[in-house]
Amino acid sequence: MIKQGIAVFQGMMTVLKHLFEPTVTIQYPEVQRPFQERFKGRHELKRYANGLEKCIGCSLCAAACPADAIWVEAAENTDEQRFSPGERYAKTYEINMLRCIFCGYCEDACPTEAIVLEHHHELSFYDRKSAIYTKEMLLVPPPPGVPDTPVKVTPGKFDRSIPEMENPK
Amino acid sequence: MSDFTIFLIDALVKAVIVVLLLTGGFAYTTVLERRFIARLQVRVGPNRAGPWGLLQPIADGLKLFVKEDIVPAEADKVLFTLAPAITIIPSLIILAVVPLGGEVTIPFINYTTSLGVADINVGALYILAIASIAVYGIVLAGWASNNKYAMLGGLRSSAQMISYELAMGLSMLAPVMMAGSMGIGDIVDAQKNIWLIVLQPVAGVIFLITTYAETNRAPFDLPEAEQELTAGYHSEYSGMKFAGFFMAEYIKMIAVSAIASALFLGGYRLFGLENLLGGWMGPIIMTGKIVAGLLLFVWIRATLPRIRYDRLMAFGWKILLPISLANVIVTAVLLVLGIFPTLT
Repeated sequence: MIKQGIAVFQGMMTVLKHLFEPTVTIQYPEVQRPFQERFKGRHELKRYANGLEKCIGCSLCAAACPADAIWVEAAENTDEQRFSPGERYAKTYEINMLRCIFCGYCEDACPTEAIVLEHHHELSFYDRKSAIYTKEMLLVPPPPGVPDTPVKVTPGKFDRSIPEMENPK
Repeated sequence: MSDFTIFLIDALVKAVIVVLLLTGGFAYTTVLERRFIARLQVRVGPNRAGPWGLLQPIADGLKLFVKEDIVPAEADKVLFTLAPAITIIPSLIILAVVPLGGEVTIPFINYTTSLGVADINVGALYILAIASIAVYGIVLAGWASNNKYAMLGGLRSSAQMISYELAMGLSMLAPVMMAGSMGIGDIVDAQKNIWLIVLQPVAGVIFLITTYAETNRAPFDLPEAEQELTAGYHSEYSGMKFAGFFMAEYIKMIAVSAIASALFLGGYRLFGLENLLGGWMGPIIMTGKIVAGLLLFVWIRATLPRIRYDRLMAFGWKILLPISLANVIVTAVLLVLGIFPTLT
């Protein structure tokens, strides 16, 4: 019986050793854990280096989405009012975050790499209406020094929908 | 004012202060336990509700206060409401006989008094009696819930408590014999030069173990475990009544730490240091010992797994009871032979 008592005492000393170790708790939200590069968070609509939107309004993402969360309405680009290279641009682009399952199929389906799932994950809202993210919320701002779309361009320069253009640095 | 009114006011004020200290202490014992047990498990406890989580008890109390008070349909309503009260009241009054300090003089009214609510000369007997009443609350809670699991939990808990009370009483007999008196004040006075845990280690350890079983704390917390018996005797309770059981357990923890330190660790005495600050050092020393006792409670909870019920009963009856009986006999023989130093 003395042996069991000594065993209990040894157990207690082992536990006491843990008291002096640093804790493994991360004090969220002051400290955030770093994410993997391909972490699927909130969507963003990207642009090219010259400020034109990559999204051409083809709604392949809406077709690919398994939860039917994306709504796209396309409209014609003109050279005076150009939003994206090619003929079409997305006049209306809405994602219903309550339906989205963050699978990334829209990112896989997009032919121009316009829609990308970034790392932002703290998405909460107080009512269902504000769960519908519009194009203004999803579009990234233009690179510094470049004017926002719509822009007036030289005619004939950006006729191809999937052109050879640069991504922003 | 007549002597009697002074005596009455003195007793009333001290009683109110002790109750307030116990309920305030209970609140911060919960935070102490959660943070200390968290550090023993290499994590941080609650630290969001106020600096260092000190407002956590207020958050918990508020939550339990606004919860819906559910009474089961076929339950005995009177007993159901009475059970938490019967559990809390003994825990509060058990500390009446333990002196928290020596003689002090209150400066503004020049009134000299000893810092124990009622230091009667049968203090040890009072403690055992009150500890036995606490069993009623638990068995009534199990019965009044109209739930077979709660009933079983209540039965198990009461059987556990009364079995370990035997060993507790016998191990309390050792300091009583050494000091020659049942009054807790006399036992504390007898520890002026040496702590009784040095002279009576067996009784001290047995007292410690039995008080863990009395307060239904780990490793003897089978009756209230969440995993077995679906939370046992308080599974049907919600809101403030549940808070009542919780309160009773933690207040009993504090009271039992105070009793253990009075009986074995010298109480408010610390080899003469208690006379500093005009006698006010005594309560501070007592608080230190109570906190050490509470930390030991939490430390044991973090270390040991729950003991199975049949082994628990076997341990109480077949091991602790014979050992404490043997201890009483050996102590009596050694006292008669004059081997122990005189303490009174």
